[in-house]
Amino acid sequence: MKYSYYPGCTLKNKAEDLDAYARASAKVLDFELEELEEWQCCGGVYPLGNDEIATKLASVRALHAAREKGQELVTLCSACHHVLKRVNDDMKNVEDIRTRANNYLDLSTPYEGETTVLHFLEVLRDRIGFDKVKEKVVNPLTGKKIGAYYGCLLLRPGKILSFDNPENPKIMEDFIRAIGAEPVIYPYRNECCGGYISLKEKEMSKNMCQKIEESAEGFGADMLITACPLCMYNLNKNTSTDLPVYYFTELLAEALGVKDEVKKA
Amino acid sequence: MTDKKKQAELIREISGVNPLKCMKCGKCSATCPSYNEMDIKPHQFVSYVINEDIESLVKSRSLWKCLSCFACVQRCPRDVKPGKLIDAARQIVERQRGGDYLSPDEIPELLDPEIPQQLLVSAFRRYRR
Amino acid sequence: MLRIGVFVCHCGSNIAATVDVKKVVEMALHEPGVVHAEDYQYMCSEAGQEKIRAAIQEKHLSGIVVCSCSPRMHENTFRNAAERAGLNPYMVEIANIREHCSWIHKDMEEATEKAVILMRAAVAKVNLNTPLQPGESRVTKRALVIGGGIAGIQTALDIADAGYPVDIVEKTPSIGGRMSQLDKTFPTLDCSACILTPKMVEANAHPNINIYTYSEVEKVSGFVGDFTVDIRKKARSVDMSKCTGCGVCQEKCPSKKTPSEFNRGLNNRSAIYTPFAQAIPNVPVIDREACIKFKTGKCGICSKVCQAGAIDYEQKDEIITEKYGAIVVATGFDMIKLDDYDEYAYSQSKDVITSLELERIMNAAGPTGGHLERLSDGKAPKEIVFIQCVGSRCADNRGKSYCSKICCMYTAKHAMLIRDKYPDVNVTVFYIDVRTPGKNFDEFYRRAVEEYGVNYIKGQVGKVIPQPDGKLLVQGADLLDNKQILKEADMVVLAAAIEPNPDVRKIATMLTASIDTNNFLTEAHAKLRPVESPTAGVFLSGVCQGPKDIPETVSQAGAAAVKAIGLLAKDKLLTNPCTAHSDELLCNGCSQCANVCPYGAITYEEKEVNDHGIREVRRIAVVNEALCQGCGACTVTCPSGAMDLKGFSNRQILAEVDAICR
Repeated sequence: MKYSYYPGCTLKNKAEDLDAYARASAKVLDFELEELEEWQCCGGVYPLGNDEIATKLASVRALHAAREKGQELVTLCSACHHVLKRVNDDMKNVEDIRTRANNYLDLSTPYEGETTVLHFLEVLRDRIGFDKVKEKVVNPLTGKKIGAYYGCLLLRPGKILSFDNPENPKIMEDFIRAIGAEPVIYPYRNECCGGYISLKEKEMSKNMCQKIEESAEGFGADMLITACPLCMYNLNKNTSTDLPVYYFTELLAEALGVKDEVKKA
Repeated sequence: MTDKKKQAELIREISGVNPLKCMKCGKCSATCPSYNEMDIKPHQFVSYVINEDIESLVKSRSLWKCLSCFACVQRCPRDVKPGKLIDAARQIVERQRGGDYLSPDEIPELLDPEIPQQLLVSAFRRYRR
Repeated sequence: MLRIGVFVCHCGSNIAATVDVKKVVEMALHEPGVVHAEDYQYMCSEAGQEKIRAAIQEKHLSGIVVCSCSPRMHENTFRNAAERAGLNPYMVEIANIREHCSWIHKDMEEATEKAVILMRAAVAKVNLNTPLQPGESRVTKRALVIGGGIAGIQTALDIADAGYPVDIVEKTPSIGGRMSQLDKTFPTLDCSACILTPKMVEANAHPNINIYTYSEVEKVSGFVGDFTVDIRKKARSVDMSKCTGCGVCQEKCPSKKTPSEFNRGLNNRSAIYTPFAQAIPNVPVIDREACIKFKTGKCGICSKVCQAGAIDYEQKDEIITEKYGAIVVATGFDMIKLDDYDEYAYSQSKDVITSLELERIMNAAGPTGGHLERLSDGKAPKEIVFIQCVGSRCADNRGKSYCSKICCMYTAKHAMLIRDKYPDVNVTVFYIDVRTPGKNFDEFYRRAVEEYGVNYIKGQVGKVIPQPDGKLLVQGADLLDNKQILKEADMVVLAAAIEPNPDVRKIATMLTASIDTNNFLTEAHAKLRPVESPTAGVFLSGVCQGPKDIPETVSQAGAAAVKAIGLLAKDKLLTNPCTAHSDELLCNGCSQCANVCPYGAITYEEKEVNDHGIREVRRIAVVNEALCQGCGACTVTCPSGAMDLKGFSNRQILAEVDAICR
């Protein structure tokens, strides 16, 4: 199975790991991530103003490119996932935005939200199946107690992202079980890490990340996993606890036995 | 239409939010992770727009403390979307000359070697026109 | 040509402020057949009706048009007035110039023009009216009450006391309903069981009341005064005539892992069970999905220990068919599911409970023996937080749009009872508004605050955060102090919204009773006919019609009973003469009308007809006038134009259309 793949800015730079482990794991799981040609940065945050069109066009181009290839569009970064899904929803359901964006782009066939956007975790859950993932695990992470850190952008707004129950998600917990480890459920897993606020207001982000890590540790987590480079940065940088934080793809690659080859490369 | 009314209309237009749907339950303020940093609290945004006091709103520190985490949007029982209202006020400021909250000159000082590109991109999008 | 009188009502200023009533009168006099026209301030009043009577008799009118409010409101009033003056009541037409005109228009000129047109259409129609005679149908002097909660019990008792036999059909193994699950009741704090169980006993012992528990209504046919209902008596697997209610079977039953419905799943029950000790009838049922005997064929312990030999594994569902004159719906409510409210950690923590679960915990017969404790560790709580409006007053697709009405009061009750019994426990209530209309209600709430020191905080809770040590951190807003609060609690109680019992949809469909978007049954008139369904002979009792507390439910139950009694007291009912009939020369026997008829009123017969001298036997639709309700579905379906409706004939309707387009 081939998917169009939108890596996003950070996965080409600071979060190369997140990307590399995902690609290697996909190979083991028999699917292919075909990177879109000439994709552009999604902007990192979804433009909330109803009158903002230009800032949504990069996403529309990516969505359109996937439609032209007849493929579903996969992302890894929480922020890209959030922006692409919300822009796609606008293109599908908000007539004004759809018309104006299409007027800008002047495509041969207007884009109307036809592409399905999937987060990599959704591919594992809905296309491959966590039971199949489990079958391919050669190196189960038995005994590891892992807290899933969802943050905001994977989950909210629940109605549009339709990723999981935004207040009590389980996709990452199911993922953790699939790779042989034990999920630790803690209440701050869907609370914000501070996001972009940490650029100018470190203290605010610190407060939030501290709460998240203390809560996870309190419930017995040895480590956290995340899908978001910014969450990763904030959780590593802005806490006094030394709870390790991993990209979920790294643990996936480890469980599937391809971590070392990625490291060597 | 008075200027005050126009400004309030503009916020309603940009955000697409109808503040009259609010039942003043305060769930947004109960939810907001930045609550303590805000001078005008999330639930008050609605009444500022209804009372057409956009002048106070655009001067508010709260504009720059909102994380766009959408917890208020998710939990609002009336589907008011307070986060979109705050962003619309922010847009009004940023769209005016000199309204940016972040200038490229500040960046070198704020950088550290681990900062992900995503952080810079997001901050530029939220803090500047 | 008829001699027609037109009467234009001002309806105070309701019509006259927007419609030039004098102009309507003047224009009416130009209409064909109109020999009299006048206006008056309130045509429905005694004086107004007297004007109609006088005109009919003095001017020898043979048809009248009243330009007034909706016929739903006063058609009967004016028909009766006409009849008293010696005119056939079906020679009366109403032009609705209020709802259809004055209320929805602002411009007087336009509104007047429309009022004139509506009057003209009514005159055109009445010109083609013919006197109609209603038929008669019999009344079966027996009532059916669907639902055996306090609403159903009260309605049944009131009907039975008036001397009419009543059957109660209750889905669960016992009557009693939600009220039997409550501990104490507001605003007097009397014990729910102490006031309910005597009524249950009374209903059970009443010579005129017959109770079918563990039974469901399966099919309803017929019409007001003459309903035929199939009731499915589910196999109880226990012979009710033999069982003595000793309870040994329940004690000895080895399958004890089924969550107790009565205790809201807080503890388990056996496979053979009565929901609670005071159940009526005090005869258990076997839950066949949980029973080892039914699952594996082995066991049979209950049968062995039953001294009375009442256990009957072979028992089958039984269908009882019974005739009723009146049906009362009393299907009640349940609390909404909280799956969409995980921010309150209901599914994550055992110590986050609903108010109804708290009732069970506070109840001496409940899972904790009435002792207030945390379900996670059995410890006594020191801090309890109540959260109001969970799923009520929502506009976000998660919850209900309405106020559930009872939560403010029962929360004040809970808070007060806890503070009274456990003075060292602190109680905090997060509220949006405290709504306490009702006799002695606000005083009750104020007592909770002033005498019992319950801490009311205006603001909603954003999230309940379970802590590693088992405590719950409640993150809420205090809107009056403009603060965000983090409050540590041992227990959190959610005032979940109530919703009509989901089964009511099925029942409403069977009864052709209308239902609103929230699944509440609709009244015939929100103010003037609040306990009647628009479907004749169907009455509403309790929360199936809208959220209400016990006193209101009991009042409404009595009102529904009175309406049912009023119907049962009649020997005959006049039937609506506006029924369908088919023209045998046009009918081609295609069956389309029978397919659309909701009342099963159309049958076919082979009949010899004389079609312009050709005699032949044809298949022809025949309408049973006793069943036909005059809905007109057949007339618009009939491809050959053979079906027509008396009082609303195709000619009459076309004449109206022509008059409007003139």
